[in-house]
Amino acid sequence: MLKLSVSRIPELLAAIGGARALFLPARSGGQVNFTRWDTGVEYCGEALNTVKSAKDFFFPQSENLLTFQTQGKSISITPGGVPEEPFVIFGARPCDVRAMDILDMVFLSDPQDSFYKARRESGVVVAMACNAPEETCFCGSFGIDAADPPGDVAAWIVGDTLYWDAKTEKGEALTGELSALFSQADGGDLAALKTHKEEIASILERLPLSDLRPQSVGGSLLELFSSEKWGELSQACLGCGACTFVCPTCQCYDIQDFNTGHGVQRFRCWDSCMYSDFTMMAHGNPRTSRLERFRQRFMHKLVYFPENNGGQYSCVGCGRCVSKCPVSLNITKVIKAFGVKENVR
Amino acid sequence: MPIEREWEPLIVAFCCNWCSYAGADLAGTSRLNYPANVKIIRVPCSCRVNPLFILRAFQRGADGVIMAGCHPGDCHYTSGNYYARRRMTLLFSMLDYMGIESGRTRVEWISAAEGGKFAAVMNEFAGAIHELGENRRLGDIRCKNYQK
Amino acid sequence: MQKLSEMMRARAAELLAQGAVGRVLGWRSGGLGYDPSPAFFHSAEQLPELVYNGFCAANLSKYLIKAGENDGRTLVFLKPCDTYGLNQLLSEHRIDRDKTYLLGVGCGGMLDMEKARGKGIKGVGSLEEAGGAVVFQTLYGEKSCPRSDLLLEKCIACKGGEHMAYDELLGAEETAANTGFDRFAGVNELEDMPAGERFDFWRGQLSKCIRCNACRNVCPACSCNQCVFDNARSGVSAKANADSFEENLFHIIRAYHVAGRCTDCGECSRVCPQGIPLHLLNRKLIKDINAFYGPYQAGADPDSLPPLTDYTKEDVEPGVVTTRGGATGC
Repeated sequence: MLKLSVSRIPELLAAIGGARALFLPARSGGQVNFTRWDTGVEYCGEALNTVKSAKDFFFPQSENLLTFQTQGKSISITPGGVPEEPFVIFGARPCDVRAMDILDMVFLSDPQDSFYKARRESGVVVAMACNAPEETCFCGSFGIDAADPPGDVAAWIVGDTLYWDAKTEKGEALTGELSALFSQADGGDLAALKTHKEEIASILERLPLSDLRPQSVGGSLLELFSSEKWGELSQACLGCGACTFVCPTCQCYDIQDFNTGHGVQRFRCWDSCMYSDFTMMAHGNPRTSRLERFRQRFMHKLVYFPENNGGQYSCVGCGRCVSKCPVSLNITKVIKAFGVKENVR
Repeated sequence: MPIEREWEPLIVAFCCNWCSYAGADLAGTSRLNYPANVKIIRVPCSCRVNPLFILRAFQRGADGVIMAGCHPGDCHYTSGNYYARRRMTLLFSMLDYMGIESGRTRVEWISAAEGGKFAAVMNEFAGAIHELGENRRLGDIRCKNYQK
Repeated sequence: MQKLSEMMRARAAELLAQGAVGRVLGWRSGGLGYDPSPAFFHSAEQLPELVYNGFCAANLSKYLIKAGENDGRTLVFLKPCDTYGLNQLLSEHRIDRDKTYLLGVGCGGMLDMEKARGKGIKGVGSLEEAGGAVVFQTLYGEKSCPRSDLLLEKCIACKGGEHMAYDELLGAEETAANTGFDRFAGVNELEDMPAGERFDFWRGQLSKCIRCNACRNVCPACSCNQCVFDNARSGVSAKANADSFEENLFHIIRAYHVAGRCTDCGECSRVCPQGIPLHLLNRKLIKDINAFYGPYQAGADPDSLPPLTDYTKEDVEPGVVTTRGGATGC
């Protein structure tokens, strides 16, 4: 376990960012979002989380796959460059880091997505534990410990000290480059860190959503699918797609062609199951009503994905849907509606 | 393959069929010169011009867009150009508000008998766009096919 | 506001019992106190969940489009600003007035949880509106904040407490008076900047846009069955902003499509997850329309003609944009 004074974080960022691309949560345009580091960009640790999740770095909102160009009767095809620029993400929260594992299950399973894979291999994730979880957090319901982040490096800020623990080979390699900045944490430091983690745990226990259990969504797939509760739950939904775009685990994308006038660019971009042209086929979108699309989203996250992926839910409890939905609908309301009443935890 | 060449302004002119397109025709038959980089798109009436057309023109490489129609009061369809006048005023005001140079858009009323006016307007507009330079603020980088 | 909630529930129960309405459209309380959702209530048993508090900012009028497909009338609670949206939908024949029962409710201004978070109020367990303040019970202690510090932008720029359409009024005397805030102040500030600075401002704001379409879907003026941006044949459909042009395009076109029909309800700015000040775009168009074509408030009178479907022979020329003065140049 290494440590560093919080006042030296700008030095640390300069050391990391001087040698490669570095992205960290920073204030810009009135919001806190992942911003590319440059001198003057300050790490914003007070914000609970960024508006957009870190999935953008591995699965960008828009990405060129191929470019076609015609010249007379011949067509030339240029593949979109597979990105290989090494980068570091600093300050990702435990929920966002776990979301990357969920995306791995989708994009790195056979057949592998070469674009995603290349980015995943070039990226190093430094996770930051949460000091002040808020009422919108329910990561605990999905087995994530906000006090003990996964990632290549786990970090904590306790008072004036930043603690740094490399967990993977990539993390060790990065740490090796920065070793001059750190000092070893001693027994007293470790004790302070332990107390800090216990404090976070006690906050997590008192959160309003701490007793939310996705496992309580009971019933067979067909029972859940045909439940009458979907009507009531989906009534207010605007079908906008805000939830899907801020969600760190949503992974659907569309492939489209753009006519540039001198060729065609085939690109992929985020898609939303809320949209009317989602999964559009020759006859149209098979889900013609708002209810069906709303149901699809939550059945996917709570039933279909776990069934196909060994019980892993496609949600990490980050709470973005809770705070960003224009009409305050979210996965917690769905879980509560379907949850069988239990007195556990 | 991007082609290397010097920048020349590209101007798109939406001309209504009954007045300004005929005016352009008259300019041609009268052997009045106007720049070859003014591309004319004929529409039945200036009212046909959808703000999306203007934006698409800029997206696809235009550096200036001008809409030419019948004089107010003389619209072939009686009132089309009145609606177009309101529409374009608001659109241009909005583009100006977003920081797009206001000199890149214009509306002119040119009748079928005003071949001279057509040529003069196009010459002047092309010159103004030349001064303003390449459209960088409202262009689509994917549609660019050349490098400076 | 507590008392008003009770009155609303009671009146809704009465109307349901009489058969005068088939369903009630209001807000259902959420678990966190500040997250009520629009909801339909079909029976008196469901009405205890009907809530009306300082977080009921959502405009319910747009849901009447779908509700009109059912038999019978729908009772809907409308704040003063919501009625403008309703009138706009009426004038566009999207709603059948005979299938609605409009209950206008008073409003003291709606609150912004983002502003509360900005003041460090987090870990909220419950909250209470008491007099002119909101008291939050949080994990990190009790926090109190004056209501006036938490008002949504759209409520600071309130157009006034008069309901433009209603069958009945409840608690209208609770409406806060218009504070005289100049809603065009932000627009004026931008207009006074040189064009280059304006461009930078809008680039900074619009580059945040994630094309979630929340602004479009919440807008009462945007109710097309197939939006131009969802139509592959329109040539401008794009699910993501591939570059700066598309970031600009969506907002220019959307603001333009609602020009003259935008009631300035402020919902678009409220719902944007990235906090883009869309009201600065829409109010610019309103300001221009007022200046060029005479003062016009969309939704005030459902029989009025929207400015872009009207004309006079003496309208200003588009050249006014370059000749009106003010800061130009780059």
